[in-house]
Amino acid sequence: MSNKSKHQDGMSLISKTISSFMTALIALFGFYIAFYGHLTPGGGFAGGVIIAAAFILLTLSHSKKVSLKKFPDIIASLLDNFGALSFVALGLLGFLSGAFFMNFVQKGKAFTLLSSGTILLANIAIMIKVMAGLFAIFVGLSIFGRIVAEGEKGDMR
Amino acid sequence: MIVYYLCLVMFMLGIYCLIAKKNIVRKIIGIVIIEYATNLFLVFIGYKHNGIAPIITPEMQDNIPAFAAQSVDPLPQALVLTSIVIGLGTLCLMVALAIRLNEKYRTFDTTEISSLKG
Amino acid sequence: MMVETLCLVFLIFAIVGSLIAVETKNLLSAVISAGVVGYGLSIMFLYLGAPDIAITQVVVEVLALVVLIRGTIAVDNISIGGPRDTLPLFVALVFFGVFVVLGVIALGDMTGFGNPMMKVSEHYLLNSVKETGSSNVVMGILLDYRAYDTLGEATVLLTSILGAFVILRRQGKKEIAEKDYEHVGILEDE
Repeated sequence: MSNKSKHQDGMSLISKTISSFMTALIALFGFYIAFYGHLTPGGGFAGGVIIAAAFILLTLSHSKKVSLKKFPDIIASLLDNFGALSFVALGLLGFLSGAFFMNFVQKGKAFTLLSSGTILLANIAIMIKVMAGLFAIFVGLSIFGRIVAEGEKGDMR
Repeated sequence: MIVYYLCLVMFMLGIYCLIAKKNIVRKIIGIVIIEYATNLFLVFIGYKHNGIAPIITPEMQDNIPAFAAQSVDPLPQALVLTSIVIGLGTLCLMVALAIRLNEKYRTFDTTEISSLKG
Repeated sequence: MMVETLCLVFLIFAIVGSLIAVETKNLLSAVISAGVVGYGLSIMFLYLGAPDIAITQVVVEVLALVVLIRGTIAVDNISIGGPRDTLPLFVALVFFGVFVVLGVIALGDMTGFGNPMMKVSEHYLLNSVKETGSSNVVMGILLDYRAYDTLGEATVLLTSILGAFVILRRQGKKEIAEKDYEHVGILEDE
């Protein structure tokens, strides 16, 4: 009985099983895209959107409860602000060495991960910001909008 | 050169959709098409014949002037990259507004949503 | 030359897709056609030497489709009929005329397809590895040379997300709002 009710919210068993481990792979790919953005195509924007898409896949295949237990919306909006603030802080820290957005970290050997100083840090900040912001906006669109509509109009399907 | 004019045609399709259609979702689609046309035009401007992507690999490290002569223009690409993500953010804002409007007035028709009250 | 022909084919494909998106009756098919245009664009970006934008465009397109379908599926599919207003059509026609004239004048002064003017970019391409350490020149421009632009972009994204949250989230505060209305003496007529 509990098994049956578990399957009722969300999609079928096949899509749940596949999406639950594809989510981790998609998120890993997003992290790779963001962290190696200064060496290969990609960057913080694309990486953040990919990680947000992984959580959205989890939301669509399972129910909202599963993905909100993994990533609550309050934490998402906090991370959104944290990403934006850390990007500004990165720019302000450049004042210590001369100018706004100065590249103040010691640059490493070229064509390695640590070759570019603040660009890696800025990529990470933007990744956090875009990921949390887009996931929060999707949660807002799918939950807040839908509760009111369901209460007034009944089942939507 | 003809691709530039086709971008203009696509832009005008978006403007027509934005002005002449009554449905709010259709107007949002018009704005999305305008964004597509603008981004595509900016990337077209930066293309060079037989150009390569502006990414330096370790083999080209010793001969950077040759790379600079062959690569496409990276500046429009950097600006378009931010423009695409901003487009997604504003799209979410527009859809949220459309959902709330539909909830209040039970329609997407802009001619019926004329009695705006505080 | 090869790339230009390919872009021509895909651009005609995109224009047909946007024409369908503008003119079809069903809202859901209109949204999906707009998505098709976006995917065609991403293939063009890949051929034009812009893999960064191609990746971003594909991923953003997925999210935009999900969001737009969420917006259209919430209601019964209503196609809005009725007579067409003549004023918007007239305005659109006047705008087309002005835009065609100005566009042809502006495009006549530009360098042709495949011959970009690269005055500033020359410096970026030559010195990116030395000055910023980033071998992807686009990221070097975005996050080092022109980080102000990215700061503005982050601000716009933050503002739009905050705005959408404020618009969408009103449950839980509704009771307080109604009490306020009663207290002041204004009754909302629904």
